[in-house]
Amino acid sequence: MNKPLEVFTNGFIKENPTFALVLGMCPTLATTTSAINGMSMGLATLFVLVCSNIVISLLRNLIPDKVHIPAYIVIIATFVTMVQLTMQAYLPALYETLGLFIPLIVVNCIVLGRAEAFAAKNGVGLSALDGIGMGLGFTIALTILGCVRELLGTGCAFGLHVYSDAYGMLLFVLAPGAFIALAYLMALVNKLRK
Amino acid sequence: MVYFLIIISAIFVNNIVFSQFLGICPFLGVSKKIDTAAGMGAAVTFVLTLATLVTYLLQKYVLDAFGIGFLQTIVFILVIAALVQMIEIMLKKVSPSLYQALGVFLPLITTNCCILGVAILVGDGTWAAKIPGAEANLLQGMVFAFATAIGFAIALILFAGIREQLAMAKVPKAMEGTPIALLTAGLLAMAFMGFSGVV
Repeated sequence: MNKPLEVFTNGFIKENPTFALVLGMCPTLATTTSAINGMSMGLATLFVLVCSNIVISLLRNLIPDKVHIPAYIVIIATFVTMVQLTMQAYLPALYETLGLFIPLIVVNCIVLGRAEAFAAKNGVGLSALDGIGMGLGFTIALTILGCVRELLGTGCAFGLHVYSDAYGMLLFVLAPGAFIALAYLMALVNKLRK
Repeated sequence: MVYFLIIISAIFVNNIVFSQFLGICPFLGVSKKIDTAAGMGAAVTFVLTLATLVTYLLQKYVLDAFGIGFLQTIVFILVIAALVQMIEIMLKKVSPSLYQALGVFLPLITTNCCILGVAILVGDGTWAAKIPGAEANLLQGMVFAFATAIGFAIALILFAGIREQLAMAKVPKAMEGTPIALLTAGLLAMAFMGFSGVV
């Protein structure tokens, strides 16, 4: 088997963070009111995931075992703050919509989980690939969920009208719709996987 | 009166799980039995209230006072992690029986986003915008944090009660496990939507 390729594609389907591992549910449900919002959240997480994986992999032999979790959290929080400040400066409208969930990337289980399970044991190149793969898997999942919710709720996809919003079910943009749409998407993925 | 509004708003109208989407991981993870759900709810209530008190004071007297608000995320998560460790050690010494009941949940709480989320909401004072008459001061912030945690505990226990029944129901193969749990949560969220507009 081709190892780098395997690491890269692992996060897409086999260990997709949303559909297979069921990690990082809070941003998944909260920020997918539209396809664009879901994708932006996914990309912000991707950036943090790749950067923290690289840095943790570089420092893996220097961090004492006893304090490794706090050390990882500080590294992750640094990158999250970078994303937060950059977004606030250049994309204030998006920052306003995603709001609280940008600083909350710190406690996203995917980021800490990959640091612990992969970056702490592997080299820089592979860790970066793992970060990109996992981040893309997360972004794809959020984009699909955002697309479904936007389409059912308002009749749009990526802001483009597909059918009249008079037929949209507002429920799917509201909180219950997030749970219900994700439940059926997950069931569909389960069905297809067999 | 304003305290009553804050409590109703935090528990029912803006329930942390069903309308804010915070703390979904423990909500799905430790909701298979009512006993464990109640334990987790109690642990979260305890930690959330204490953590909010500490982070609010830090925000007001350190971060704001020195103009270093951009360090908020790093400072808060470290303080919460340290606080959880401290509570664990103190509980072990002071009240072994309480430690027995809550101990296993404490390490999980550090990465529970509802703790950091509420700490940031109260630290920034943005929570008060949703409730007429509320002011973002220490006492009202603490009441909000405590009520939010109670809302989390109620959501968790309600959900666990349904899931206990669900374990015996016949569910289509593809829907087993997480999907059916999410669907149940969706229906519960719909019920909680009925409270919208009360406050």
